[in-house]
Amino acid sequence: MGLSRVLLLATALCGQVQAQDKFITVASTTSTEQSGLFKHLLPIFEKQTGIQVRVVAVGTGQALDIGRRGDADVVLVHAKPLEEKFMAECQGVKRYDVMYNDFVLIGPKGDPAHVAETKDVAAAFRKIRQAQAPFVSRGDRSGTHFAELETWKLAGIDIAKENGPWYRDTGQGMGPALNTAAGMNAYILSDRGTWLSFKNRGELTIVVQGDRRLFNQYGVMLVNPQKHPNVKAKLGQAFVDWLVSSEGQDAIASYRVNGEQLFFPNAHE
Amino acid sequence: MSASILPLALENVSYASNGQPIISNVSLAIDAEPSTIILGANGAGKSVLMRLMHGLLTPSAGRVRWNESDAASLRRRQAMVFQRPVMLRRSALANVLYALSVAGVPATEREAQALAALEEVGLRHLAHRPARVLSGGEQQRLALARAWALHPEVLFLDEPTANLDPGAAREIETVIRAFDAAGTKIVMATHNLGQARRLGDEVIYLQAGRVVERAPIEQFFARPASAEAAAFMKGELPWV
Amino acid sequence: MGAIAEGLRRVLELDRELWHIVALSLEVSLSAVLIATVLGLPLGAALAVKRFAGRRGVIVLLNALMGLPPVVVGLLIYLLLSRAGPLGALGLLFTPGAMIIAQSLLVLPIIAALARQALEDAWREYEEQLRSLGARELEAAVTLIWDARFSLVTAVLAGLGRAAAEVGAVMIVGGNIDGVTRVMTTAIALETSKGDLPLALGLGFVLIAIVLAVNAAAQLVKEAAERRYG
Repeated sequence: MGLSRVLLLATALCGQVQAQDKFITVASTTSTEQSGLFKHLLPIFEKQTGIQVRVVAVGTGQALDIGRRGDADVVLVHAKPLEEKFMAECQGVKRYDVMYNDFVLIGPKGDPAHVAETKDVAAAFRKIRQAQAPFVSRGDRSGTHFAELETWKLAGIDIAKENGPWYRDTGQGMGPALNTAAGMNAYILSDRGTWLSFKNRGELTIVVQGDRRLFNQYGVMLVNPQKHPNVKAKLGQAFVDWLVSSEGQDAIASYRVNGEQLFFPNAHE
Repeated sequence: MSASILPLALENVSYASNGQPIISNVSLAIDAEPSTIILGANGAGKSVLMRLMHGLLTPSAGRVRWNESDAASLRRRQAMVFQRPVMLRRSALANVLYALSVAGVPATEREAQALAALEEVGLRHLAHRPARVLSGGEQQRLALARAWALHPEVLFLDEPTANLDPGAAREIETVIRAFDAAGTKIVMATHNLGQARRLGDEVIYLQAGRVVERAPIEQFFARPASAEAAAFMKGELPWV
Repeated sequence: MGAIAEGLRRVLELDRELWHIVALSLEVSLSAVLIATVLGLPLGAALAVKRFAGRRGVIVLLNALMGLPPVVVGLLIYLLLSRAGPLGALGLLFTPGAMIIAQSLLVLPIIAALARQALEDAWREYEEQLRSLGARELEAAVTLIWDARFSLVTAVLAGLGRAAAEVGAVMIVGGNIDGVTRVMTTAIALETSKGDLPLALGLGFVLIAIVLAVNAAAQLVKEAAERRYG
């Protein structure tokens, strides 16, 4: 009896806050939100359509899980294999490419593993392991973590077996992991966006960039309304359509951090 | 006018706590007329006996029987004043009003009755003072005012002046006499012999949880029938 | 020291956004404390006054629940309110309503357990007199609560402190959505994870200042009332 009273009060309270009738919930990643892209992008979309976009920013794994539970209308992440698995489970309606940003290998200015000389990120990883230089991993099922694991594979290293005390698996988001790396003067793979907004750099700088294999593809999917009838299919699709439209793609390209473009729209490549 | 709740009959009442006997096989009849003093040394069981009579404790054996079966009515027609007065965190007047409200007196009549009760004990001028800042004697008078407002048939008093100076004690005795004059049956526990003599008509002498002697007051003081009572009066009580 | 000064400067720049975050924090925590008080005070009073089989077990359980980890409560409420969960139809996940529910559950044991202790002490003092006057159980409990109100204010403030300070529950059930479910603690967590430590620090000081102000106000009210009622 007490619980129903509580729920009644809570429902009344949240009804008060939800003054906006038209809104959708988008599950995305912490690194995307922390890049500041949404703060730039969403007001443009809202002005054009009157639809408020509420972004829940968590790790990629959790974002897709939120989609599977039907707690979001749209999922926007950057881990293509996981997205394709999502589609294979019929959890999404259709997957669209939206944009890419890239990862950069961050390391101490002193560069104990001498990776700054190469543009080959797999070679850089081999050098880091050889030198047993400190390396921070996100270890959190995120898109960035996934990219890091792929790069170890490309370098021919089975990192699960061939790591050591130099390899720090932290289970943290991008920001905290960068904090840890700054504190330890360690190497770390980061998305460019988070790095550009990261203020606590210490001795760290970009040591390897531009390797095509470091490009990070974003995909957007409408959560399947047949599996989850509560999904706002029409409004959600409007957002998806806008992202891949010329207005959406232009808005993405116009986002700058410290004068630099962060995301490169590629919906129609 | 309904019948009196008296006489009160205790039938083979015993009370034990944590295996320790405190009251042992007491049988008594309490009538309306005399003011009853329960006399005894510390630890004799006076307080427990009073609480058994007033209904705050349940006997381990035996029965406490009033001349009234309705529990609520029985509660309303008794009052008790404790050694340490317990006042609510509100004004003196509000404390009396509270007692009236619990007793079911209609809201419109409460204030007048409460003020009259305060007047009776000489606390009218302190009606709006927070009760907890009053002196010990004033608080005890307030406790009596609270009881007065209820017009109880029986007033239990558990060593009401034990913590008060003689002047305050005398004020309390004045109020007790007023209760008596108004027809309230007085049952008072005390170990103050002078007070017992001033206020009482009969004495029940209690020792180690048993009633050792019961007599009219003057007879008890002049010629205590039991050796224990005599020893008590002389101030030479053997430790049990 | 410089970081603190810079943090406070940045915080003042936030203006409208900060105001919204602070207002939401207060709305969520105060609502949760209100619900927890309405449910917890009677629960504490009942436990203080009534004797029943298993009472000791309930008291131990209630005391233990004071240490309920917020993140665990958040997870449990999340599973309840998710569309995939039993109460999904209410659509409360990722709203302030969900945050209020989670915080109410966190704060309820604190208020009930502390109230129980304060009221049990008070009952020891008042029991005989109240029963002598003929107060029935419910009446006595209400009187007890009112008379012990100054100790109970402390219990409520302890609950408010817990609600205002926690981040684990509101982060999970609220989703830290910009402009919708972002409160002070989740904003601090976000800025910290972005590496913007001065701003996080600044927000932290604002939060501390607010909690201090609430406690100071409560103390003043308490003292004024004590002077009046004794």
